Amino acid sequence: MINLELVFSEIFLSLSIMALLLIGVYKKNSTNMIYNLSVVSLLIMLILNLNLFNSKDVTLFGNGYKIDFMSSFMKFLITISGIFVMLSSSKYLKVTKIFKIEYPILLLSSILGMLIMISSNDLIVFYMGLELQSLALYVLASFDRNNKLSSESGLKYFVLSALSSGLLLYGCSLIYGFAGSTNFDEISANIDQVQYGLTLGIVFILVGLAFKISAVPFHMWAPDVYEGSPTSVTIFFAILPKIAALTVLIRFLYVPFINLIEQWQVIIIFLSIASMIFGAVAAIGQKNLKRLMAYSSISHMGFALAGLSVGSNEGIQSSITYVSIYLFMNLAFFSCLFMLRKEEKYFENIDDLSGLSKNHPMLSLSLLIVLFSLAGIPPLAGFFAKFYIFLAVIEKEMYFLAIIGLLSTVVAAFYYLRIIKTIYFDDAKHKYDLNHNLGLKLSLTFSTIIILIYFIYPSYLLEIVSKITIL
Amino acid sequence: MFEIGLGHYLTLGAIIFTIGIAGIFLNRKNIIVILMSIELILLAVNINLVSFSAYLNDLSGQIFTLFILTVAAAEAAIGLAIIVVYFRNVGTIRVEEIDNLKG
Repeated sequence: MINLELVFSEIFLSLSIMALLLIGVYKKNSTNMIYNLSVVSLLIMLILNLNLFNSKDVTLFGNGYKIDFMSSFMKFLITISGIFVMLSSSKYLKVTKIFKIEYPILLLSSILGMLIMISSNDLIVFYMGLELQSLALYVLASFDRNNKLSSESGLKYFVLSALSSGLLLYGCSLIYGFAGSTNFDEISANIDQVQYGLTLGIVFILVGLAFKISAVPFHMWAPDVYEGSPTSVTIFFAILPKIAALTVLIRFLYVPFINLIEQWQVIIIFLSIASMIFGAVAAIGQKNLKRLMAYSSISHMGFALAGLSVGSNEGIQSSITYVSIYLFMNLAFFSCLFMLRKEEKYFENIDDLSGLSKNHPMLSLSLLIVLFSLAGIPPLAGFFAKFYIFLAVIEKEMYFLAIIGLLSTVVAAFYYLRIIKTIYFDDAKHKYDLNHNLGLKLSLTFSTIIILIYFIYPSYLLEIVSKITIL
Repeated sequence: MFEIGLGHYLTLGAIIFTIGIAGIFLNRKNIIVILMSIELILLAVNINLVSFSAYLNDLSGQIFTLFILTVAAAEAAIGLAIIVVYFRNVGTIRVEEIDNLKG
């Protein structure tokens, strides 16, 4: 007997996607209604998801689908960031004239794909979730279809992501052949000695997943796609697929491949160091804020990977904490970006921020907080995120990784501080519109406050995350 | 008599996979060729999976193949749609001219 109540959130989401699509087809001018209804269905999903937190670890559908504390927590993060992304970007969509019924439906299907990915315990289920997520994202990246840059970014994302899916699948086929099963638990039981085929399969799968979280050297799509696609899609790209792909990476490394830890640890350490250094150095020369955020997210993913490379429960927990805080920092930053609007036009270059503090003191203050937090300056949330990673890394005596991480933080602080200098000490340039919608204000206030007051009671998040034990 | 075993199928898969990867990186002319290369990669994976499935006497590899075939069709459809959108905006699909975004 299958406990269907454990997958109610996924069933509900897929039903509401179909219902919304039908409404959109048969009812004229229903975009606004569909947009609001999709936010409501995400809210209902959040509530359905809360019930899962108390359930025990179970596998469903012939061991192909796993519900445990990690999957419930990550689904919670995905849903909450989906809600805030949708709330903050509705005005942007209307102004840039891409407010169409397909948009919220594609967002929801991509979120559904991520939920399936997060819970997958089988190569086939994992692949289906991944493709559902990426197929929706291809379309979203090129959603502003009359814009040259948007369609180009969609094209680039499509080619590189399809290539990475191909590599990942080749790895899956090798793992299936050499371990004799597609189920993660059975693979884990069957892998007991090192074989070339298995190592090759692990490398291919890691390459594919590194593409998805844009770790160096597989990052080349990220800056172009972030810059070209509409900002409302960029914020989605910066947050949700990263959470999902990181969860899958944790699941892959620590369930089927845990016996081959010597094989993959070196790869993950390399990816982590390369991402931290490259993300910090390459962002220095950037002028476009979205492009800068792409490099910044590459460097942040390097830190999250450093937590994963440790091979202990503390490492996994520090990584998950890092991603949860990263989510709010990115949400706050992009909400600020949505506020830079003047006469139905959005600004996204660093010099458009020049002298912002003279005309918009509150917006500048929240940008200040966010940028300090991204740079990792205490007592803001970003500092704690990095602190836990370093703690986990040093506990396992991987001093080299910690030193590289610390140095790259120093380099990265330069470009964050340069933006702050532009905001506070340069001459005033633009005076932006002030009539923002409630959702945008709400998401900016909420995320900034979380970043600001996290230090008062940091153990709250830690207590929740410490329940995630994979090993 | 010469017998065809698992190794031959895997070699065939590996060769087709390599041709697909090379097609993406060496191709300087046309994006349609890249789409074809992606299909080649997925088909190489299918050859691998089916041969493993026959070798292991386990059906899940063949089921995986059916799923991959379906997804590959959807992926090709979306890819072609994006190419059409791009062509309408720019008027060319030559790979070396896709360089509006850089930095």
